[in-house]
Amino acid sequence: MDEAAIRLKMSHISKSFGGVEALRGVDFTLRRGEIHALVGENGAGKSTLMKIIAGVHAGFEGEMLLDGAPVHFHSARDALKHGIGMVHQELSVVPQLTVAENVYLGVQPITRLGAVDWAAMNKGAREQLQKLGLDLDPRMILGDLPIGIQQLVELSRVLFSGASIIILDEPTSALSPPEIERLFRSLRSLRDQGNSIIFISHFLEDVLAIADEITIFRNGRKVVAAPVTPEIDKAWIIQRMIGKGHEELESSYLGDITLASPKGARTVLEAEGLSKAGAFRDVSLTVKGGEILGIYGFMGCGQIELARALFGKLKCDAGLLKLDGAPHKLSNTARAAKAGIAYVPESRRSMLFHHEPIYKNTSIAILERLSRLWLKPDAERKIARQHIESLSIKTPGTEALLGNLSGGNQQKVGVAKWLTYLPKVLILSEPTRGMDVGAKEDVVKIVRNLRDQGVGIIIFSTEPETVLSLADRIMVMRKGTVSQEFADETISKDRLLAAA
Amino acid sequence: MTSTSEARPARQSVGDWFRNQLSNIAPFLTLLFLVAFFSFASSSFMSFGNLQNILQQVSITAIIAVGLTFVILTAEIDLSVASVANATGIVVAFFTLQDASVNIANIPLAGGFAIILAIATCVALGGITAIGVTRIGIPSFIMTLAMLQICDGISAMLVRGQIAYAVPSLVGELGSGSIFGIPWLIIVAALALLIGHVVLTYTRFGRYVYMVGGNREAAEYSGVNVKLIIAAVLMISAFCSGLAGMLGVAYFGSAQQNEFGTYLLDAIAAVVVGGTSLFGGRGGIGNTIIGLFVLGVLNNGLDHINIDSFLKILIRGLILLAALIINIYAERLRVSRSASH
Ligand SMILES: Nc1ncnc2c1ncn2[C@@H]1O[C@H](COP(=O)(O)OP(=O)(O)OP(=O)(O)O)[C@@H](O)[C@H]1O
Ligand SMILES: [Mg+2]
Repeated sequence: MDEAAIRLKMSHISKSFGGVEALRGVDFTLRRGEIHALVGENGAGKSTLMKIIAGVHAGFEGEMLLDGAPVHFHSARDALKHGIGMVHQELSVVPQLTVAENVYLGVQPITRLGAVDWAAMNKGAREQLQKLGLDLDPRMILGDLPIGIQQLVELSRVLFSGASIIILDEPTSALSPPEIERLFRSLRSLRDQGNSIIFISHFLEDVLAIADEITIFRNGRKVVAAPVTPEIDKAWIIQRMIGKGHEELESSYLGDITLASPKGARTVLEAEGLSKAGAFRDVSLTVKGGEILGIYGFMGCGQIELARALFGKLKCDAGLLKLDGAPHKLSNTARAAKAGIAYVPESRRSMLFHHEPIYKNTSIAILERLSRLWLKPDAERKIARQHIESLSIKTPGTEALLGNLSGGNQQKVGVAKWLTYLPKVLILSEPTRGMDVGAKEDVVKIVRNLRDQGVGIIIFSTEPETVLSLADRIMVMRKGTVSQEFADETISKDRLLAAA
Repeated sequence: MTSTSEARPARQSVGDWFRNQLSNIAPFLTLLFLVAFFSFASSSFMSFGNLQNILQQVSITAIIAVGLTFVILTAEIDLSVASVANATGIVVAFFTLQDASVNIANIPLAGGFAIILAIATCVALGGITAIGVTRIGIPSFIMTLAMLQICDGISAMLVRGQIAYAVPSLVGELGSGSIFGIPWLIIVAALALLIGHVVLTYTRFGRYVYMVGGNREAAEYSGVNVKLIIAAVLMISAFCSGLAGMLGVAYFGSAQQNEFGTYLLDAIAAVVVGGTSLFGGRGGIGNTIIGLFVLGVLNNGLDHINIDSFLKILIRGLILLAALIINIYAERLRVSRSASH
C-alpha cells in the first residue's frame, strides 16, 4: 500500500464557522487506488473536511496538495475540473427532473445541432444505473421515486462522471442490503482502475467490509489513521471514535434476539385491511400502548407509504383505522397529530426547516399547545434547550439555524420535536439514519423510555439492526403485503432478511 | 456521547450575515439611492407636503400589499387583488343611493348594509379562490387569474359602462377625508400594515404562514393544516383588496370599470421589491413597507423631474426587473449555502 502514489495530502486543516470550530489542525492523506473510510461521531467534522476537498468551503486554514502541487478550490466546479466529485450527505438531486436528467445534471450530451441528445442521455443513464443493479425507465420524474432510488441516481452521477477522487458522504443510508452489495462491487472496480474513494459511514460493518484505510475523527481532530487489518474490529473503532467503553454497544443485537412476550396492555392503534393501489395491499396491524412494533422491509416494499397513510398524509383506497378502539378518519396530517399520532419521516428535508432556528423546529408540532393566539418564544426556547441537553445535540444554541447542524444532529432535532408532549402513537421511519453509534444508543434509550411510559411505537426501517435493537414484535413486509410476523420467539438477522 | 452543547452565542462571519441579509439590504439601499437622486435632481421633491403626497399615493397599494404579503410568504400568488378591489368598490357603490343622473339599476340600502354586503362579497370571492386552490388543487397562479376575469365580469355587469359616484359616508370619510390634517387613508393603510406585521410576527397563525412557505412538506409532517393556512391567506388577501377597493372608490371619487388596473402590478412589485421571497418563508411587512416606499418615491419622483411619461413606464419596469433579479439571486445564494450540508 505504501508504494501507491499519494493523490491528496491535507495538512493542518482548520475551519471554524463563526464561534464553532469544526476542524482543528487535521491531517488527511489519500492514495491512488484506495478506499479510505472516514468515521467519527455526529459533528466530528467529516462532512466539513470533505466539503473543503470538494471546493464547497473555500475559506480554511492549512495546506492542500493534489498530486504534490498546492491547490485551493473556490467552487465545486473548480474541484470537479481537477477530477474530484462528491455525493453529499443531504440528497441534492432535482426532484422535478427526470432520472436521466439527474444522472447527467450539468453535463448533458449535446447533438451536433446543439440540442440536448435525449436518446444518448436516456441510454447512458439506463446503462449506468444497471451497473448499480437498477433497471428503470430513465424518463420517469425522479421525485416520484423512493428515496433509495434517488440516492442511487445521485451516486451514479458521481461514480461514473470520470472523477478520479470520489467522495461519498453516507451513501448507503437509504439503501437495502442487496443495493449496498452492488454499490460495493462498483466501488471495488473503480478502485481497481486506480481511482481513490473516500467513504463516510456510521455503519461500521460496511466500513470494515469495504475500506482499505481508515481515518477516525473526534471533535474536529484526527485521532488515528491506519490500514484496515484483521486486528481492527468494531470495538477498536468505537473506542477511538467515542473514547469510552461502548464496545458492547452494537454486539447487543448481532446474535439472536428474543422478543418479549406481549404484555396485556390496551390496543391504541388498530388498522384493518389497509390498501393503497401501487403501494400496499390488505395490511392489518395493531399496536398496544407500551409496545414497540418494528416493520422491516427492503426499500420500495410499500412501508414508506404505509407509514404515511397512518399519519393521514396518504389516503387509503380501503381499510379501517381505529384509535383507542374508535374508528378514525385521518383525512389530513393535522387531524392525525391532533388525535395523538406523531410521525418522524425518513427524509430530513421533508421534516425540518433548514432556514429556521432550532427552537422553531422543535416547537412547530406543539405550537397549538404552547399558544392559543400569541407566540411564546421564551417557552419555545426553553423547550429547545431541554431537548438540546437531553439529546446531546451539538449546537451553539437555540438560535442556530438548523441547516448549520451536522447531519446526525439534524436528525436528533427531527425526533425531538415530538417528544415534548407524549403522543399516543409514535411512528418512526428510519429513526437512526445518519446517527453515530453513541447517538443511536441514545435513541434506543429514548424510544424504550417512551414505551415504558405507555406510548405505542411503530418503527419502520430498512436496517435490520434498527428493528432488531428496538422492536418487541416484528412484521416483515414484502412487495406491499405483510409476509411474516415474529412475536414471542427468538429471531436473528438472517431470518429477518430471509422473510423480506 | 462526548459532544457538548456549549452556550456560546451563534456568531456568524460577516459574509454569511451579508448573504443572509442581502434581500433586506438591497431594497433599503435602492430606497436611499432613489431619495438621494430625486432630492438632487428636483428642488421640489424633498418637502413635507410631498412626503404626504407620497404616503397618500401608496396607501391603496399598501392595503392590498398587506394581504399579498401573506400570500407570497406561503409561496402562493394572488393575481386577482386589483380586480377584487374593483369589484368590491363597485358593489359598495351599487348598494348606495346614487344621483339621479347616474343610470344604474342599483339597489340603495342603508350605508352600513352596503358596507357589510361589500365585505361579504370580497370574502366570498376569496373563499371561492381558496376552495379552488386547496380543495380542487388548481395552482393559485391559474385560479387567481380566473378570479381576475370573474371579478372584472362582476364589475362590468354591475355598472354596465356607467360611472357611480356616491359611496356610504363612512367609506367616503375614510377614503377621502382627513383628521388633524392627516388623510384617513394614510391612517387606515398604516393600521393595516401594523396589524399585518403583528399577526405575522407575534401570532401562532403568523408562524404557520412562514413555516408553510419555508417548507410546505415539513409543515405538513409537523401536523400543520397546510390547506387551511393557504385558504386563510387567500381570504385575508381578498379582504384587504376589498377594503382597498372601497376606500379607493372614495379616494378617486368614482366607481367604474378598470379603475384599479395598475394596482396588481404595483402591489406585487411592492412586496417583491421589498425583498419578500417569491419562494415563500422569507420577508414580511417590514420588507413590504420598504418596497412601498421605493415604488412611491419612484412614481412620485419621476413626476418631479422632467421626463418623458412613456419613458417613465419603462423605467418602472426596469426597476422591477432589477428587484426580481436580486430576489432570485439572494434566494439562490441562501439555498446553495445550506444545500451544501
Ligand atoms: N455552515 C455551517 N455553519 C455553522 N456551523 C457549521 C456549518 N457546517 C458545519 N458546522 C458545524 O461544524 C461541526 C462539524 O460538522 P460536520 O457536518 O462536519 O459533522 P459530521 O462529522 O459530518 O457529522 P454527521 O455524522 O452528523 O454528519 C458541527 O458542530 C456543525 O454544527
Ligand atoms: Mg456529515
